[in-house]
Amino acid sequence: MSLPILVFVLLALSVAGYVLGRGRAMASAGGDARKLHSLPNYYGWFGFLVALLPAALVLLLWLPAQSVVIDTQVSAMISDRSAAESSRGLVMSDVERVAEGLDLAVDAGVLTEEQAASIRTEFTDVRERLGEVGVALGSDVTSETLQAAQRYRALSSTGDLLRTLAVVAAALAGLAFVYRRADSTFRARNAVEAVVRWILILAASIAILTTVGIILSLIFNTVEFFSLYPAWDFFFGLTWSPSFGGGSELGILPLLWATLYISFIALAVSVPIGLFAAIYLSEYAGPAVRAVAKPLLEVLAGIPTIVYGLFALLTVGPLLVDIFGDGGVLGVGWMGGGTAVMTAGLVMGIMLIPFVSSLSDDIINAVPQAMRDGSLGLGATHSETVKQVILPAALPGIVGAILLAGSRAIGETMIVVLGAGAAARLSLNPFEAMTTVTAKIVSQLTGDADFASPEALVAFALGMTLFVITLGLNVIALYIVRKYREQYE
Amino acid sequence: MTDTTAQTGGAVATPARKGSLLEVDSLTRKRNAAEARFKMYGLSAVIVGLLFLVALLATILSNGTSAFTQTFITIPVPLERAEIEAAEKSIVKTSKYRAIIGTAFANVLSSAGIETDMSAKDLDKMMSSGAAASVRDFVLANPGSIGTTHTFDLLASSRVDGYLKGRVTREDLINDKNLDAAHLDIVDRLNAAGIVQKRFNWQFIFGADASDSRPEQAGIGVSMIGSFFMMLVVLVLSLPIGVAASIYLEEFAPKNRFTDLIEVNISNLAAVPSIVFGILGLAAFIQFAHLPQSAPLVGGLVLTLMTLPTIIISTRASLKSVPPSIRNAALGVGASKMQSVFHHVLPLAMPGILTGTIIGLAQALGETAPLLLIGMVGFIASNVPDGVAAGFLDPNSAMPAQIYEWAKRADPAFYERAWGGIIILLLFLMTMNIIAIILRRRFERRW
Repeated sequence: MSLPILVFVLLALSVAGYVLGRGRAMASAGGDARKLHSLPNYYGWFGFLVALLPAALVLLLWLPAQSVVIDTQVSAMISDRSAAESSRGLVMSDVERVAEGLDLAVDAGVLTEEQAASIRTEFTDVRERLGEVGVALGSDVTSETLQAAQRYRALSSTGDLLRTLAVVAAALAGLAFVYRRADSTFRARNAVEAVVRWILILAASIAILTTVGIILSLIFNTVEFFSLYPAWDFFFGLTWSPSFGGGSELGILPLLWATLYISFIALAVSVPIGLFAAIYLSEYAGPAVRAVAKPLLEVLAGIPTIVYGLFALLTVGPLLVDIFGDGGVLGVGWMGGGTAVMTAGLVMGIMLIPFVSSLSDDIINAVPQAMRDGSLGLGATHSETVKQVILPAALPGIVGAILLAGSRAIGETMIVVLGAGAAARLSLNPFEAMTTVTAKIVSQLTGDADFASPEALVAFALGMTLFVITLGLNVIALYIVRKYREQYE
Repeated sequence: MTDTTAQTGGAVATPARKGSLLEVDSLTRKRNAAEARFKMYGLSAVIVGLLFLVALLATILSNGTSAFTQTFITIPVPLERAEIEAAEKSIVKTSKYRAIIGTAFANVLSSAGIETDMSAKDLDKMMSSGAAASVRDFVLANPGSIGTTHTFDLLASSRVDGYLKGRVTREDLINDKNLDAAHLDIVDRLNAAGIVQKRFNWQFIFGADASDSRPEQAGIGVSMIGSFFMMLVVLVLSLPIGVAASIYLEEFAPKNRFTDLIEVNISNLAAVPSIVFGILGLAAFIQFAHLPQSAPLVGGLVLTLMTLPTIIISTRASLKSVPPSIRNAALGVGASKMQSVFHHVLPLAMPGILTGTIIGLAQALGETAPLLLIGMVGFIASNVPDGVAAGFLDPNSAMPAQIYEWAKRADPAFYERAWGGIIILLLFLMTMNIIAIILRRRFERRW
């Protein structure tokens, strides 16, 4: 039975469980729902869950187990000789393709089931036969591959049969359990609620699972990278020049430098503008201005980063070249091309304005009114109150907001991929093209590199570095913000 | 009594003493000036921020609207049976069709009274290289049309299109091997005769992406479908999981280490850079679980993990805003804790939850970086998926990934497409946000 049909059958059995549970309970109460411990539907849901959950669990565990078992069995058939020619993984994927082709051929009626299991390369041109049903193979099928593929098919069909039996048996066992337990004294509501509670806990744990997944996927690949490339050279190397032929130099420092430089420019743009905007909107502006300006500024935060990237590449970059480039307005000739640290930094700064302003706005509003009143009552002007009372009181929160904005800037990808350039260099000139950690993660993983090469794996080490830096900034920022909030509450 | 009044009266009469509040001294003047300056800084910061917004939107609109029109050449093509049969028998079928179109085009020129000494091959450069294929598709779809003369609206090449839109000038063509100024003279005259015209470009909205050499054919439709299937995955997964997680944390979770761990994880995940989720998707779903690359299913899974924290945070806020009296009343009439939550609190919090979910979806729709890592770029999304399963599992692109792909290509004709794509993307985001705002306004309850 194929997987979709099996799932459908399982759902049908679960619905049967609902009917059975409800029916049994009502029958045992003589049709009078008041004699039941729980409402009748709870018996139904109990039946549904008992039929569904164990069988679904069996299915979920079976799927990966089956593919692992079949893989080990079949790859044992591949001789070391052919595995030495190309990698074992490649031979296995060939086997899977041939097996898939045989399936298709049987479906299309080109081969009968017996023929598919018994054809030999010595007598038939398998490649041609499979080509007829639309499965293109790169090379001729060796007899070994064909036998492995036939074995693969045989094992798969046995596995599928066993899978169906196991799942259906589990569902039927659940139904039997429902049949025995569902009577008027059974506490169906408590049972259902306990299950629902576990489902809720499971859903909440997905956050932990995601974090664990991130950390594991980063760590495993990073460790593999460091076994191919020395960690010292990665963290302290001054050159970044990957070459897919080997002999790459993969030092992170130029990338880190550009990342920090761009983030610095972005913060230099967004912090003053965002902070002043927040002060104006919360301390000076009337309700009408506030009601218009605040949502409009926040529109900037809702615009996808790809839009900012395009804005940097096609608008801001050429504009800056017109000003700072050769033959530009200033005639300084500092800038060679449109992509530069300054381009990416400026645009990222624009993106971060609403981020800084709405965070600072919250923090400024959290400063108690009594402090303002006290300061104004002593004769300070409004701006003196802001500068000498409100800002010092809000300072920890604002520092937290700036740190969060910094972590956002360091992790930003699309703007730097499109706006910052592709060459890694250590330079102080903000009008030169440089490249960042995130941009290189993208380019190393979307290229043609072999997945096991240090040139591709380095992306995971870069990701790990990025994750650690941003996580550190976030933790510090959240700690500061939280601690500060407690002071006034 | 009279004495005191007299004294105060006298005090008013005397000239103000030094340091009186009524006299503005230099220090006060300085302080007032500082005050005015400070206020100005604030106001100008707001204005600068708004100016950036205006500049951004103006750039998008001015560069992108031209993508919605496209230049077409109207040519009556005689579909002779003999020629078509010969073309279908040859190996390079479309080049034979090109020849048929070329002759028809030359006839159009001469009947319009335009004299030219250009060869048919040179004239052909004014047309899109996809024109022959579209004629052939029409013939194959309508065999009855063979033997008649059918009038086709064929795509002009991107250079001609760019000339009519003002992107390509005569100076640009000096170094261009595809088109020269003589072509443009013909275009001018054809345009005046109404044979070459700009029309609304439905193909851009509903069509598929085209290869590097045919920017005039590229459309965003297929990647829109990719985005749609991705959003379906995100909605189906993140709404139930997010709501379940929030209910647990808000209503049931005991105060212990485990709960703290979940809370810390959620707030940290909300701030993890999106590209890290892309790495997770690559390693977990593609490397480890062997799900197909470039599939909207995988993209949806990655975006689900990314939007879950956002949805959980907003759902918790709306659960929190339901007053405890509702819960107490339900418990008081004998409901279990679970019943009070599912029957009373959850329905009341639903508008807020939906608003948060829509905003989360909008965020996911515009996200690009994680999609690059799971392979939703670098190929041409040319086929509309046939069927629902194919929609989830076949390689496809997504709107932002398609825009990125266009932005990377060398031909500036693609930039116009990228801006146009952004307009469509922003329209979707705007619609979603407006729905969210309306939901909030319509159903928001003040307790």
